[in-house]
This record gives sequence, C-alpha cells and structure tokens, in this order.
Amino acid sequence: MKTSFDLKSSLHENRLFLSRSITLIIFVLILFVVLIARLTYLQIETHEKYSDLAQNNRVKLSVINPVRGLIFDVHGRVLAENNPSYSLELVPEQIDDISLTIKKLSALLPISENEITLFEKRRKQLKRFASIPLRNRLDDTEVAIFSANRHLFPGVDIQARPLRHYPYPELTSHVVGYVGAINEKELKTINPVNYRGSRFIGKTGVEKTYESELHGYVGYQQTENTAQGRSLKILSHTPPLSGSNLTLNLDIDLQRIAYDKLGDYTGSIAAIDTRTGAVRAFVSKPGLNANLFAKGIDSASYKALQSSIKRPLFNRALRGQYPPGSTLKPFFGLAGLEYNTIQPNDKINCPGFYRLPKQEHKYRDWKRGGHGMMNLHDSIVQSCDVYFYTLAHRLKIDHMHSFLSKFGFGQKTGLDINGEKSGLLPSREWKRRARNQAWYPGETLIAGIGQGFNLTTPLQLAHATAILANRGTAFEPFLLARINNTLIKPMPTLPVELNNNSHWDIVLNAMYDVVNGARGTARRIKEGAPYKIAGKTGTAQVFSVKQDEKYDEENVLEHLKDHALFISFAPAKDPQLAIAVIVENGGHGGSVAAPIARAMFNQYITTSP
Amino acid sequence: MISFFQHTQNRSHYHQRKVGLLQRLHIDITLLVLLICLSSIGILILLSAGHEDIGLLQRQVTRLGIAFLAMLVVAQIPPHILKMFAPWLFILGTMLLLGVLFVGDMGKGAQRWLDLGFFRFQPSELLKLATPMVVAWYLAERRLPPRFKYIGFATVFIAIPTVLIAKQPDLGTAILIASSGIAVLFLAGISWKLITGVIAATAGLAPVLWGFMKEYQQQRILTFLNPENDPLGAGYHIIQSKIAIGSGGIYGKGWMHGSQARLEFLPESSTDFIFAVFSEEFGLIGCILLLTIYLLIFIRSIYIAIQAQDTFSRLLAGSLSLTFFVYLFVNVGMVTGILPVVGVPLPLVSYGGTSMVTLLIGFGILMSIHTHRKLLSS
Repeated sequence: MKTSFDLKSSLHENRLFLSRSITLIIFVLILFVVLIARLTYLQIETHEKYSDLAQNNRVKLSVINPVRGLIFDVHGRVLAENNPSYSLELVPEQIDDISLTIKKLSALLPISENEITLFEKRRKQLKRFASIPLRNRLDDTEVAIFSANRHLFPGVDIQARPLRHYPYPELTSHVVGYVGAINEKELKTINPVNYRGSRFIGKTGVEKTYESELHGYVGYQQTENTAQGRSLKILSHTPPLSGSNLTLNLDIDLQRIAYDKLGDYTGSIAAIDTRTGAVRAFVSKPGLNANLFAKGIDSASYKALQSSIKRPLFNRALRGQYPPGSTLKPFFGLAGLEYNTIQPNDKINCPGFYRLPKQEHKYRDWKRGGHGMMNLHDSIVQSCDVYFYTLAHRLKIDHMHSFLSKFGFGQKTGLDINGEKSGLLPSREWKRRARNQAWYPGETLIAGIGQGFNLTTPLQLAHATAILANRGTAFEPFLLARINNTLIKPMPTLPVELNNNSHWDIVLNAMYDVVNGARGTARRIKEGAPYKIAGKTGTAQVFSVKQDEKYDEENVLEHLKDHALFISFAPAKDPQLAIAVIVENGGHGGSVAAPIARAMFNQYITTSP
Repeated sequence: MISFFQHTQNRSHYHQRKVGLLQRLHIDITLLVLLICLSSIGILILLSAGHEDIGLLQRQVTRLGIAFLAMLVVAQIPPHILKMFAPWLFILGTMLLLGVLFVGDMGKGAQRWLDLGFFRFQPSELLKLATPMVVAWYLAERRLPPRFKYIGFATVFIAIPTVLIAKQPDLGTAILIASSGIAVLFLAGISWKLITGVIAATAGLAPVLWGFMKEYQQQRILTFLNPENDPLGAGYHIIQSKIAIGSGGIYGKGWMHGSQARLEFLPESSTDFIFAVFSEEFGLIGCILLLTIYLLIFIRSIYIAIQAQDTFSRLLAGSLSLTFFVYLFVNVGMVTGILPVVGVPLPLVSYGGTSMVTLLIGFGILMSIHTHRKLLSS
C-alpha cells in the first residue's frame, strides 16, 4: 500500500517537475527574445542616432542651472536678486596633470591654499567630467588675465554663474533669509537630479520656506565638443525651468524704520496688517550680512557670528520667547468680563501689594505706594498689577488658559517661515505634563500679569493684537503676497466670538487711553500724531543670566535690565496695522518701545493708500 | 517504478559506451565545450575593453584557470554528499554575512568583503550556491508540491541572505540569490494560485508604500528605475552604454575598434558594462551569437535537471540553470537600459574573480549531478 502510494506520488512529482521545467524553458526563451528585440531596436532602429553621437567628436552633457526666483517687497522693490559672478573652473577629465595646471594658474592669478583644498574636496565628490570651481568671484582684471592665456589651459575656463545678492543684507537677513552652500545633511534630503548643478540652497527665512518655488527645475544641454572641450554644436537642449518670483507682503521702508529705531538695542518687531494678516515688518536685531552666506561664508566669520553674545544668527521675531508682561492685561481683562468674574465698574483697592487669603507672601505692584481704587479701564491704562492679581485669582488658571488660547497664545501662528516657536501659555495640564507638579495658586497671580511661565514670541503678540484690534476677526499671518502673478489670498482663521460685544469697547477704549489718556503709560507718543494709536505697554522681568553665558560685569548689568514691550494698533477707530515691539533690556515699555511703534505708524499710515 | 528505472538504465548504457573516460572524470563535455567557448570570447573582448592591458588579461586567465579547476573538483563530489553539506554551508554563509555586516572591510562604500588575511572573500558568493542548496535540501524531504507551512519555512531560508545582502548594499546579488531560491520553490511545484496571489499582493502593496514615502525618496526610486532622468549621475552609464551598443549597428565596428570604450567614455567597460564593448565591436550578429551560447548552456543545464534522479538534484540543477540565465538577463538588461543599474557582471566574461569561481562551481555541481547519476545506474 505504502509503496504504491510512493510510486504514485513519485510519478506525480516527475510529471510536475517536467511541466515546471518546460515552463522555465519557455520563460527563458521569452527573456532571450526580449534581449534580442532590445538589441535589434538599439542597433538597427536607432543605430544612426547613436552612431552620430559616437562620432569622433566628443559628446558632452552639461547642466543648465535654473535661474533662482527673485524676491520683491510689497511695493516691488528687489529684496533678493542674482548677480553675475565669474569663477575659474576646471574639468578634471580634460586635464592631464591637474596639480601642474593649478601651479601654472597660481602664477597668473592669486589662488590661495584654501581654494585649492576646497577644489580637491569637491573633485573627490564629483564626476571627472564635471566642471569644478577653483576660484570664485574673479574681478575684471583677473578675468582679462586669464582670457588672454586661455589657450595655454585646456580644460580650464571661466564660467559666469549667478550669485545671490541681497540689496538690504542686514535688514532682511532674518525674514528673507539667505542661501548658502549645500551641506551634507541637506544633500540627503534634496532631489539629486534637480540639484545636480546647484551649489546653493535656501538656509533660513523665505529663502528656505519657499526653496522649491524659488529653485526652479534643472535643464540639460548635449553638445558636440572638440578634443579640447570647446563646444561645436548643440545636439539637444532641455531648457531649465526658472524659479518663481516671489512678492512679499513686507514693506522695506517700514522694515528699515523699525530696524533703525531699535538703535543699538537687541530686540524684535512684528507688524501685521490687521485687515489681511499680511506681515509688513518682521525685524530681528542684530541682523547679519546675508551676502556673506550667499558668497559662501568662511569658517572664521561663521564662528564669529555663532559666538557673538548678541546672537545675530537667532531670529528673535520668530523664535524669541519672551515673558509678555503687562501686554497680556487687555486679554485678561476681556477674559474677566466674559467669564463674568468682574464688572466694568467694580473697583478694587490697590495698596501696592496683594496677599492670597491666609498667606503671608506679598505680591507687589510695580508702583510702591499703590494705585488706589481702580476699575478695569484704569487698571489697564495705568497697568495696575494688584487689580490683575485679584482678577487672576478669581478667574483661575483654567479660564485664563482657555480664553487666551483663542488669541493664538501658546500656539504657532502659522507664518510661512520655518522654525516658528510656539511660546508657552501655562495650564494645570501643561505643568503636570512638563514638570510633573501640581499648579499653585501663587502661579496664577504671576501669570495674571504676564510673568511666571508665560512666554510669547513677538509674532504671537502682533498676531493677538491684530485680533484684538479687529474685534475678533483673525487672519493667519502671511509673508507671501504673490507667486509670479498669482495672488495669495488672506487666510481667515477661527474668529474670537464674545458673549457680549460691548466688552470689546471697554478693553479697546482702555487701550486707547493708554496712549491718549492723561495717565496712560504710553501717553508720550501721542504728540503730533494726525491719527490715534491704541496700545499697551509691558515691562518684563529678566530673571537671571543664563548658565551658559560668561560672567562679565558690563554685560551682566545689561542683561539684568527689564525687557521693554509695547503692543499697539492704529488708527484706533479703523485699525490698519498692529505692531508688537520688544526691546531687550530696554527698561520701560512706554519710554523705549512705544516710540518705535509710533515712528512705524507714521510711515505706514501716512503713506499707505 | 520498474519501468522508470529501466528507461533511464537503457539511456545510460547508451551514453556510457560513447563517453567512458569523461564519464569517469565526471565531466559533461557539452557543458565544458560551451563554457570554454564563452570564456574565450570573454578573454578576447577583455583585451579590447581593458585597453590591451596584458596584466589585466593575465589575472583574468589565471582566475579562469582556478575557476575551471574548482569546477572539476566539485564535479567529483557526489550529489548526496552535497545535500548533506547544504545546511552547514548555509549556516556558515549566513554567519559570515553577519560578520561582514559588523566587522567587514568597508571598501568601496559597501560592506561586502571579509578580509581573511591571505585573501578577501565575499560571503555572498557562498550563499549564491548555499541558498538554492538549502531550499532544495529542505523541500527534498517533503512530499511535493510542498504544503503551505513548508513553503513558509523555505521562504525564510531565502529571505535571510537576501535581506542581509541587500543591506550591504548589493542589490544585484540579493536579486540573484532571491531568484535562485524562488526558482527552487517554483520547480518544487508551488501552486499557480499562490504565485499569482503573491504577484497581485506585491502590485497592490506598492502604491501604498509609495504614498508613505517622502518626495525625495520617491525621486530616488524614480531615478533608480529610470536613470536617464539624471543624465549626469546614475544616467551617465546608461547613456554612454546605449551610445556604444547603438553605434555598433548590425556588423559592429570590428574587434578593437569600438570608439566609445577606447576613448574611455564608457565607465566600467571591462567589468559590468563589458557587454556594451562587445556590442559596439561585434554588432547585432555578434550579440545574437553570444546570447545563443548562453541559451545553449541554459538548455544543456535544464536538460541535466530533467534527467536528474533525486528530488534534491533536480531542484538544485533547475535552479542553477535558471540563475545562470537570469544573471545574463539582468546584466544585458541593465547595459541596454531596460533594467535599472544594479551591478551584476556578465557571467564568465566580465573581469573579476569571485563571481566566476562561484559560477563554475555551480556548473561543477551540474556535472556531478549528471555524471554520478550514470555511474550509479550502471
């Protein structure tokens, strides 16, 4: 029984194997026919084409780089352009003795050791037939000297390559950003085909965010060359696709005033058109010379920038997280009205300090003797801390957190520059998660005057001020106005809706009196303005010197000074522009930060249509 | 059962009378002649592709000598001994592969070589033989067609070396090893339902994976599949190689007259892209002749597989035959631009030692299977 079964199964296996083998033979025959067909196609059908290409003359394939898109400000002024620059380039494949050639070139032109090292490094990375720059940015004399001797150097030539240039290198170094040489990390994430001939890539700001739009698409050219590498005839040509031109919402005049008015202070300013969310000024000071990067920065200059105590590489307007101080008071006032924890005319006595029930600790007002009896309006105008301690204590942190969230605090605004920070709007839940601690009532008080854990970016402050000025209507802050000729539409976001719209009036009137009232903290800037400004000052405590900074008497003193803040919008009755100013270690918001905003409003409101 | 043996006995008597000596030396003369033909063509074309570098030629001839010797030695080993060693060779090969991954010589940017002091060795070469051997060994013990469970285990045997080698990264070899294992499964008779199912599932899964990839990753795969997107990078080889082949025409430019290779336009002209040199110089007619020799070798090999007596020998022989032709197809396919460039040499023609030795040892196994069968039955 068993044997007959084995026999049967063995016969079955034989048949199976034979049929499978025949299938394999058929499969292989198909592959064979495919190869023959392919060869027939190449060697008969397209023979002539390839025969031409293989003629005695050499066929050379070269990259045609796309032209990087230009960047304009809202009035069409150029913020980033491409200037021609001449570089001396070598094609290793066409040179017999490279070191001898370089030696001979050094006799004609000033070629440094550094340039030779860089050249050798690039040579190892690139193919033998690629054109590799030895010396960049040749001046006219150098171009002339080489041109006269070109016949002595087969395989060496001068190439005109466009170099990015920023007409306002310091003003726009953070917002427009800059391009720089492609690094190892970027090499791994870029499309290798499209960047075959590119040496630069957007590093920061708009240049980085809109890299794919600005870069364009690479083209190719196949030329027939002589043995010396001179082109005789173009065989095929795939034109590159130029990058898109970008128009920004930025107003370079406004940007300049903001930058200049900051003077020697470090600080940052964001200005947003309240009607659309268009970002009109975006300043972080100190700036840096963006053209250094566009040319390819040397490591010494880069190290100097990195180690500078003023941190010029840091985009403060986007990534600087500051305690907002009293600039949060209008928002908390609105929260108090909305949650019905205060009435507009309720008066609270300010003796100069506040005590939690059954506790000894005194929470002090900035004004030693106190403000006396204060209602909401006066407490905003005079920036009374005790009023807001009381308000915060009644409101509780949960309501404070949920109400201010509506204005975008603690979240990224969505501005079209990469790397935005979200700031910090503290809550019980956050503290449990981040610190694994319970929330203490004292922390609610401190939060109520914008200190403690609160952190905001200048961009967030300007954005929230715009929502306030608009009575709830909100737009995403945006830098890009047009790609080529396509307009970018404003992006409305979730509006802030109040139970009682008259609450807007109460708070906005108070902000109006901060500037225009007799006792307002920013009353000095109202002089001579043909329009009305509304705002709120802030003075934020700087708690301590950071551990990683060195102790240095002069700088430490500077570091311990308060930050001066001012949020504002104008014209007060028909808002157009919202501005947030932060002057690091500037002292008082009213005296240092507010005049900068005033100068900007002058420019913007008197010139804008 | 009786009739089956009678049949083979009769045939073997007939053969034995004709080729007595070769039989005793375990040489299959048909294969030997074809292989010598092929390697001679290889030497001829290497002389042109290598720019008449005599040193290069000497090294290649020496390697060929060693490889042919290895083939003849392996042919003396009876198939049942090979079967016995199959799992051990596989385990050894896998251990060496792991060794390469961790302590391998990082030469040429890929971890493939194991430096044993006196010579450098690629464990992946060992697995080119050990993988089909172990799958054949495993399935030979089961009733065929294999049950689903056994197919699963066999797949694991194939997957281990494939994944390890693809990680090196040596995609070409990984493909060859995977196909050698899959060939065994196919010959063992896995159902067409399963085959179509796997193909359909792969085709269905690909777009899903694609969706999860980042744009630059997609671009890399596109460039890999269509290198001509990147004419100064991956596409350079292909463009130059197509120029060489296409300009060869029907009759070719004549031996030593291929301008593309001689002017050093064609990269890797003596190794992976040697077929382009051959096509340029000998034209379509030469190509058809060369490919026919490969086809004849395949047909002789698969004939040996069909004639083999036991399941292990059959499966192994069938797999070796197919892998040999796949080898050729991948190389010519890549040189002519219908397959991506994966770095597979032209079997027995490309310059380079290790793969040649492995290939000829494979033919040694085929010869052993064929000749021992006859001795057994007589």
